[in-house]
Amino acid sequence: MAKVTMTVNGKSVSGDVEGRTLLSAFLREDLNLTGTHIGCDTSQCGACVVHVDGEAVKACTMFALEAEGAEVGTIEGQANADGSLNAIQQAFQDHHGLQCGFCTPGMVMSAAALLKENPKPSEAEIRHYLEGNICRCTGYHNIVKAILAASGQDVSAIAAE
Amino acid sequence: MYEFDLERPTRVEDAVKLLSDSVESQPLGGGQTLIPTLKQRLASPERLVSLTGIDSMKGVFTDRGGTLRIGGATTHAEVAAKAAYPGLSELAANIGDPAVRNRGTIGGSLANNDPAACYPAAVLALNATIGTNAREIAADDFFQGMFTTALEEGEIITNVTFPAVRTANYQKFLQPASRFALVGVFVAKHDDGVRVAVTGASNDGVFRWSAAEEALNGDFSPDAVAGLDVPDGDMISDLHGSGAYRAHLVKVLTGRAVAAA
Repeated sequence: MAKVTMTVNGKSVSGDVEGRTLLSAFLREDLNLTGTHIGCDTSQCGACVVHVDGEAVKACTMFALEAEGAEVGTIEGQANADGSLNAIQQAFQDHHGLQCGFCTPGMVMSAAALLKENPKPSEAEIRHYLEGNICRCTGYHNIVKAILAASGQDVSAIAAE
Repeated sequence: MYEFDLERPTRVEDAVKLLSDSVESQPLGGGQTLIPTLKQRLASPERLVSLTGIDSMKGVFTDRGGTLRIGGATTHAEVAAKAAYPGLSELAANIGDPAVRNRGTIGGSLANNDPAACYPAAVLALNATIGTNAREIAADDFFQGMFTTALEEGEIITNVTFPAVRTANYQKFLQPASRFALVGVFVAKHDDGVRVAVTGASNDGVFRWSAAEEALNGDFSPDAVAGLDVPDGDMISDLHGSGAYRAHLVKVLTGRAVAAA
């Protein structure tokens, strides 16, 4: 076992982990932050996407010890300070960007990373960016709409399809 | 996963020392291939030596003559954002998905030499030099068949140097489930001739298509390769495509790369 310390959603946390402990396991099992979902556990589905030093990564394909000293952001840290949904989360609700909701934490974290580097993405750019996030319910249409809306863009063109 | 220790050295010499002592160790780059491999229990090192904490192995540097040097632990995302070099940033921007590109590294990809990876095609066509902790290896000597390279046990790719090139282009026919290349062709026009490297197609891994190089040296146009035959004897044949299909793609993609270069 080795000691790992990182900042998660603005709070300093530490724990004893094995070399093989994945970041996803540390978040879920040691910190009880179960919003980070394990879908495939083979780095394909993107349900476990979190931010490490501001960049989207798949928490199931990174070891907890590799996040030593890092700033980690998870879905639990996305809401506004008063507890209300942030713009992306609210847009997912407004545009029915989810059905079962299992992929949603990863979708929201990927969307947040996308909008940080590209505040007004086109529909094509959104779809390209979400290639590593799999949703088996929605057909992606409403997810793309939600992200367009969250970036302050008109969704009527895609809504009319 | 079987149990192992994970070390995160911050200097190349410390990593080399860890990789050469008596504990059975394996280097860890971004882990986007190795971690899934460990999960399947296809590898069981006693220790992993992470290279991503070594700052001297990160970064993208261009000199005035057009030579590009990329640190071995540089992520695909950083190459995509910073490599002002024909064909290379587009190649990096289309590996895997954004989260994979934020972790996966050029050194890791080259050391693994997956027969369908994109970077080996770029390195071979661009006649790049692989720099390790011990020596420099020419691209033509580095790739030695699928998942096999000239690297010795415990040898680390510290940087990759790409010489200035006149023009270059990479065409990737995506295998949409794995996001690897079903076939990928990198065409590079150098002062001393054209090099064409093909990934995804051969059972021997990345290779140079010399007939196309000869034809393109005479006439750098898509028509020059249209009449060539691609030998399909050692082409990969699987549920995604037959060997003949891949051979056909090699020719089509070469033509497209020449047209786009």
